[in-house]
Amino acid sequence: MSDLLTFHFDVDGDDFTSAGQASVQIKKNLRQLGIAPDTIRRVSIAMYEGEINMVIHAGGGEADVTVSETYIEIVLKDQGPGIANIEQAMQEGFSTAPDAIRSLGFGAGMGLPNMKRYTDYMNIESEVGVGTTITMRVNI
Amino acid sequence: MTVNELSRMEDFSPVVLADADRDIDGVYIGDLLSWVMGKATSGDAWITIMSNINILAVASLTDSACVVLAEGVTLEEDIKNAAKSKGINVISSQLSAYDIALRLSQAI
Ligand SMILES: Nc1ncnc2c1ncn2[C@@H]1O[C@H](COP(=O)(O)OP(=O)(O)OP(=O)(O)O)[C@@H](O)[C@H]1O
Ligand SMILES: [Mg+2]
Repeated sequence: MSDLLTFHFDVDGDDFTSAGQASVQIKKNLRQLGIAPDTIRRVSIAMYEGEINMVIHAGGGEADVTVSETYIEIVLKDQGPGIANIEQAMQEGFSTAPDAIRSLGFGAGMGLPNMKRYTDYMNIESEVGVGTTITMRVNI
Repeated sequence: MTVNELSRMEDFSPVVLADADRDIDGVYIGDLLSWVMGKATSGDAWITIMSNINILAVASLTDSACVVLAEGVTLEEDIKNAAKSKGINVISSQLSAYDIALRLSQAI
């Protein structure tokens, strides 16, 4: 196995206006690596949805991206409230976003479904009161 | 049609032209950002009434050709500057999303 390229980001939970920065940065990095535009689009959108979720629902967290020869892996880890019912959270339209967040255009309950749709593999590990770790992979 | 050409059409005005030679080859209308993320495609003119900073990341990640602010919605100065530095085109119009889409449908 050849060298893996890794990127790490701390996702600030207080600053809603800068939310999404890690995903925009990853988009740039992948472009520099010469990754196909459609792959970049899928990775950066899936990561953005997860990043925004950490900011809105979990008070921030960490994002790690690994680029290998055959796939790009995104791991999003937070110490937020956790997701009690993952199956319900995965349904299109389910959202617990507060009104103030909805007025900004979030809260459609489409984030997790988009992450699933845009990636080739997605796993959610979550424990109430402990946090959530989401792993996604897009094949190259 | 290019973004520049759209910005010069009657009833449209440029807000930020950062990459104005981009071609518009489709339209998406929506204000719920995750819907837009899931549905807008590269090269779309994205018509919305949302004007907060998060629209810039959405426009960038979906690779929209431009954001078209409908119904006379405006951008705050710091958001305009951020759009400029991120290379995101923004156009505004007093028209409704429906009327903007009709114009675009004839023009592109
Ligand atoms: N990291 C997380 N920590 C805790 N809860 C989460 C997390 N991510 C998602 N959730 C829960 O899952 C629900 C569905 O998430 P999803 O991203 O699909 O929708 P949303 O964020 O509410 O709205 P949208 O993504 O459309 O703006 C959220 O409303 C929230 O209750
Ligand atoms: Mg979400």
